[in-house]
Amino acid sequence: MNFPDELRYRHTHEWCLLADDGTVAIGITQHAQSELGDVVYVELPDIGTAFKAGDAAVVIESVKAAADVFAPISGSVVARNDDLTDHPELINEAPYGKGWLYRLQPDNASELDALMSADDYRQSLDNADTP
Amino acid sequence: MPYIPNTPDDVSYMLSALGVTDIEELFSEIPETVRLAEIEGLGSGLNESDIAALMKQRARNDEGRICFTGAGAYDHYIPAPIGHLLQRGEFYSAYTPYQAEASQGTLQIIYEFQTLISRLMAMPIANASLYDGASALAEAVLMVVRSSHGKKRTCLVPESLHPFYRQTLTSIVGQQDIHCASVPFDEKTGLLNPDVLHHYAEDDACALIIGQPNGFGHLEAVDDLTDQAHKLGMAVIGVVNPLAMSVIKPPGQWGSAGADIACGDGQPLGLPLSSGGPYFGFLCAQKPYLRQIPGRIVGRTHDAEGRNGFVLTLQAREQHIRRARATSNICTNQGLMLMAATFYMALMGSEGMEKTMAASHIHTHDLRQRLCSIVGVEPVFDSPYMYETLIRLPIAPAPVLEALAAQNIEGGWNVEPFHPQLGHVILVCATEMRTHDHIERYHAALAALLNP
Repeated sequence: MNFPDELRYRHTHEWCLLADDGTVAIGITQHAQSELGDVVYVELPDIGTAFKAGDAAVVIESVKAAADVFAPISGSVVARNDDLTDHPELINEAPYGKGWLYRLQPDNASELDALMSADDYRQSLDNADTP
Repeated sequence: MPYIPNTPDDVSYMLSALGVTDIEELFSEIPETVRLAEIEGLGSGLNESDIAALMKQRARNDEGRICFTGAGAYDHYIPAPIGHLLQRGEFYSAYTPYQAEASQGTLQIIYEFQTLISRLMAMPIANASLYDGASALAEAVLMVVRSSHGKKRTCLVPESLHPFYRQTLTSIVGQQDIHCASVPFDEKTGLLNPDVLHHYAEDDACALIIGQPNGFGHLEAVDDLTDQAHKLGMAVIGVVNPLAMSVIKPPGQWGSAGADIACGDGQPLGLPLSSGGPYFGFLCAQKPYLRQIPGRIVGRTHDAEGRNGFVLTLQAREQHIRRARATSNICTNQGLMLMAATFYMALMGSEGMEKTMAASHIHTHDLRQRLCSIVGVEPVFDSPYMYETLIRLPIAPAPVLEALAAQNIEGGWNVEPFHPQLGHVILVCATEMRTHDHIERYHAALAALLNP
C-alpha cells in the first residue's frame, strides 16, 4: 500500500501535509479508505470551526459504516473540499490527492512532530495485522 | 419469541456470575429520584377469564356511540380488505425486517408506503414511519436543529397546534436544550398571522411549525407563512392530516419553495380508533435533510442476477452501526400500522380519498350550522375549516359532553382547559360516516340539554 513519505500520519489513519503557506491539508490514508469500502457521503466541517487534536472533525459514510475522522492536530478550518459533496468516491480513488478533506491553520505546527512518519505508520499497520 | 421465566436458582446463578448479590445492584446507576416506586392505577394480576371479561367491557366502550370527536383521531370508514390483509401471518409483526432475504414482502410494502406518503405530501423522501404523529414532530424539530449543527435551538410553536403535540414536543426536545417559543393565534380567525412572525423569530430560531389543519380544524395561510419563515431563516415543519392532503395543498407545495419537513399521524388512513392506538407517525422531507431522517428507510435495488429487490438503506447513520453518534435513537417503525395505511391509500386511490374529504367537509359544515342554530351556541372563528371546528356553548362543556355520552353521542372534545380565554369551547368533527340523521340526533340532544 502507498504511504507517501512527505506526509505525517495519526494512529487513527489520517494524514497531514504542511503546505508552504503554513496551513495543513488533511485526509484519510489508503489503508483507511480500503477498510471503509465505497464512500457514499462526507460531512465536512464549516470554515472557521476550531478543533483540538483528537476531536471528531469529519464524518465519512461508506456502504458498510459511518466513521468519524479525527483532527490530527489542533487548529481552525480554513478550507474544505466541497467537490466531495457530489463526488465522495474521490476519497477511494485518490485519498492523497483529490480526496483531501479539509485544511487547518494549525495552532501549533510543532504538533505535527508528534505524528508518525510513513515508515512508522506502515510498521504500526503490520503490527496490527499480526495475530 | 417465547417468554422464558427464570427460576430463583437461575437468578442466583446469573447474579453470582456477575459478582453481585442482588438484582437491585444492577440498577444502582439510576438515581432514586427518577425511579417509579409503583404505577398508579395498575392493579395486581388477573386470571384469564377475568382478563377476557375486562377486555370485552373495554371493547364495548369503543362501540355504539355516534362519534363527533376528532382532535387528532378520526372515525373514518375502513374498507373490509384491510382487516383481512392485516391478519395474514406473513405480515404479523410490528417490527422492522433486518433480514432482507427473508422479508421481501414486508420490505416491498414499506417501500410502497414511502412512495405513497411522499406523493401525498409532495416531498421526495419518506421514512418507514415512527410511533405517532406527536413524536414524529419532535423528530422533525431535532432534524432541523441537527442540520444547523446544533447552533440554532429555538422552534416556533403555534398556540393553535394540538395541545398534546405541544406537550409531547416539549417533553422530548425540552430535555435537549431546545427552546419552544409560543406564537399566538389571531383571536378572530384562530390562525397564525404571517405578518407578526418576525416578532417571535429570535436569532437562533431554526423552525416554524405549521399545523394544517391546525388544532382547531381550521386552515392556516400556509403559503405566506412558509415564505415568511424562509425569509427569516427558518425551516418549515408541516404537521398535517394526511387524508386532508388529498384535497388541499400538500406541504411540499407550500409557498415558493415548499415546506422542509412534513409529519403527522397516520391514523386517518385506515386505522381504527381503538381507544387511542396504536397509530403511527409519518415523516417526509426535502432532499437536503436526507441524512438527518431518523429511523428506517427502505430502498429498491437489484441483486447479483439483476432482479429487483428491497433492502433497508442508509443504515450506516443509525444506532446499530454508529452507536452513540447515531442520527437518532429510533430503531424501529410501526410495521403493521403502516401496512394498513398502505392498503388504505391503494384501495381508496386519490379519487376515493378526495370524496371522503369532500363528504367530511360538507357534514362538518352542516353540523356547525345545525348546532349553531341552537340559542346560546355560536361558532368561534370565521376562517375556513376542513372537517373539524370550534363551537362555543353557553355553559361549561364537561357536564354537557357527559350528558351527551349518556345518550350514546360522543359530542366533541372539551378545549376549554387548554384555551380558557376562548370560553366554553368544544371541538366538533363530522366525518363521511356521519349521516343527516346523526346530525339531527346531536342537534336535538344538545338543544334539549341547553334549553330544557
